[in-house]
Amino acid sequence: MTPDAVSTRGIDPAAILSVDHLTMRFGGLVAVDDVSFAAREREITSIIGPNGAGKTTVFNCLTGFYKPSVGRLALRHAGGFHLLERMEGFRICKDARIARTFQNIRLFGAMTVLENLLVAQHNRLMVASGFSILGLLGAASYRAAEREAVERARYWLERVGLADRADWEAGNLPYGDQRRLEIARAMCTDPVLLCLDEPAAGLNPRESAALNDLLRFVRDEHGASVLLIEHDMSVVMEISDQIVVLDYGRKIASGSPAQVRADPAVIRAYLGEDDAAGAGASP
Amino acid sequence: MSARAGAGDAPGSPRARALPVAMALREAGLAAFVMAVLAFPLIGFVLADVSGGVTLRTRFEWVALASAIVFAGRFALAIMPGRVSLPFAPAFAAAGGALSRSGAGRWIGPALAGFALVLPAMPFSDRYIVDLGTSVLIYVMLGWGLNIVVGLAGLLDLGYVAFYAVGAYSFALLALHFDLTFWQCLPLAGVFAAFFGIILGFPVLRLRGDYLAIVTLGFGEIIRMVLLNWQEFTGGPNGLSSIPRPTFLGAPLARSAPEGTTTFHELVAPLMEPVYALFGEEWGFSPMHRIVWLYYIILALALVTNFFTLRIRNLPIGRAWEALREDEIACRSLGINPTNTKLSAFAIGAMFAGFAGSFFAARQGFVSPESFTYIESAVILAIVVLGGMGSQLGVVIAAAFLILIPEFGRDFAQYRMLIFGLAMVLVMIWRPQGLVSGREPSVRLHPEAR
Repeated sequence: MTPDAVSTRGIDPAAILSVDHLTMRFGGLVAVDDVSFAAREREITSIIGPNGAGKTTVFNCLTGFYKPSVGRLALRHAGGFHLLERMEGFRICKDARIARTFQNIRLFGAMTVLENLLVAQHNRLMVASGFSILGLLGAASYRAAEREAVERARYWLERVGLADRADWEAGNLPYGDQRRLEIARAMCTDPVLLCLDEPAAGLNPRESAALNDLLRFVRDEHGASVLLIEHDMSVVMEISDQIVVLDYGRKIASGSPAQVRADPAVIRAYLGEDDAAGAGASP
Repeated sequence: MSARAGAGDAPGSPRARALPVAMALREAGLAAFVMAVLAFPLIGFVLADVSGGVTLRTRFEWVALASAIVFAGRFALAIMPGRVSLPFAPAFAAAGGALSRSGAGRWIGPALAGFALVLPAMPFSDRYIVDLGTSVLIYVMLGWGLNIVVGLAGLLDLGYVAFYAVGAYSFALLALHFDLTFWQCLPLAGVFAAFFGIILGFPVLRLRGDYLAIVTLGFGEIIRMVLLNWQEFTGGPNGLSSIPRPTFLGAPLARSAPEGTTTFHELVAPLMEPVYALFGEEWGFSPMHRIVWLYYIILALALVTNFFTLRIRNLPIGRAWEALREDEIACRSLGINPTNTKLSAFAIGAMFAGFAGSFFAARQGFVSPESFTYIESAVILAIVVLGGMGSQLGVVIAAAFLILIPEFGRDFAQYRMLIFGLAMVLVMIWRPQGLVSGREPSVRLHPEAR
């Protein structure tokens, strides 16, 4: 898809991801209703909202698990311009370079931590192994590529503090480690946009703080943009550059953390009609 | 018999206390009742050969005896305090556990391969033993092939025998119509079988688990039905015969060769001069040569399969298969093409079945749909599951176990399948994860820390 083939009119030039008029219907249920927002490059954009607001549905549309009923999902990076709603599921990671994590962790439980990170580098290694033929012959070029992949994995394992557990079965890790491993695995695909579905769920305050540091590191050192679904306001308010608030499938507010915190519509959605105090606290 | 029978207690779950007599009597009565129901049709009637034909004779006293034995046994188990289990059960489970830990498997594999290599030269090896070894190796190879599909990629395939059939018929038809030799057909048979693997793979891409099992089961039957009914092409139920035997570098292993070719024993005669001189006699043709040659062919094919599997497991495609088994959705989110990954697993698994099939046709000299029934698929799958999914050593042990038990059970005549079934049930009770379980990582960050 070249830029000439599709109109890029109306897309914020700083935006890496533009979501336009996204609507997702399941039969009569409208899970996401005409939502538009943009995620800017090298920024952390959070999507918040009460349970059932349609946050995960937006994610599933972005990462190809659902085909949206209406709307355009455009991703632009140095490698090209992609319309996500037209792409086959696995290509969204392979070509558009969007990686994601899952609300209920999806690791390869019987495989080791290191193997999880090597699976994430599958496409690069597959080419290096000559689609297995060079690999079967034990070619030096493949062995070098594998060493490089292991080094990349080691880098991320050290970053998330799992290097000494690299040879553990991923399913045996404690919960917080599994969350961080899933983020490390997503980063091993070398994404331009990292989508995290409730990464702080079930973490204690110390682990949440470490997560904040990790996400800032991803943004600042790796130039990746982050799209975040999160209920933990200590994470959201502290690290977000921009927040989008959904309620009942509609976008009710967006802006900087300070703007969103003061927005009467957001306060209403979280706390009901009257009480306006402490809107920024946990929902 | 009731699932709570004494032997059914897993080693780790001791029965804490003895049951009161009344409850014990009730349990024993229930077990005896189940035994009576089972025994009534199975033992209660017997065909008797009387002059002028066959009649049905009853022997209900046997049924009563069986029920009484079960009653007494169950009652004794129920009132006995403490844990009841057969004395060798924990030892058996422990042995499997020891095999599963990485250290022990390290030398057992090469030791078994070495034993297989010298088996035909052993003093106790006669024609029967070598033939039996060949049968076991065919199933070892099929088990290893299916292990790729089921053990690594996690695709439950109940129609694996279809690819075995495709390989066998490919060789038979190519040999009969185009005069090709075994060695020319072997790669072709693999290619055809892999092609059929892809054909099966396409419609089942979206299926998993039990749904996949049903479709593959149907596919296996389709292949068999086509072979059975396409008279003019496959010979139908009569099968195809006079399939050529594998040659040794072009020399047939037969008493006499057609004009212009030398037989194996004529070919090696000059090389054997010193040996003849040593023993003072010449050995001419022996049918044993062919048996041993076939044995070594299947041994080589099986070892190639093993080598290939061990190697590909450590490559990206092998890891992708395992990842697909663990979580297909996560695979897709990491940019792995699930279609290609699944199809390659089906194709490569089928290819090895094709090789084994063409060897089978060459060994028998005859193929018919009889050899490719569902029970073959079930036995191969049982080998993989019993051995421990994904374990190469487990497949060897399970194949030897499943092929040798019915063989050594021949003395028990019609009860040998009963023994076979009983053995399988016991293995699954003691080691539900398979004989050899436990997975060796394909790569380690800290290899020194093992």
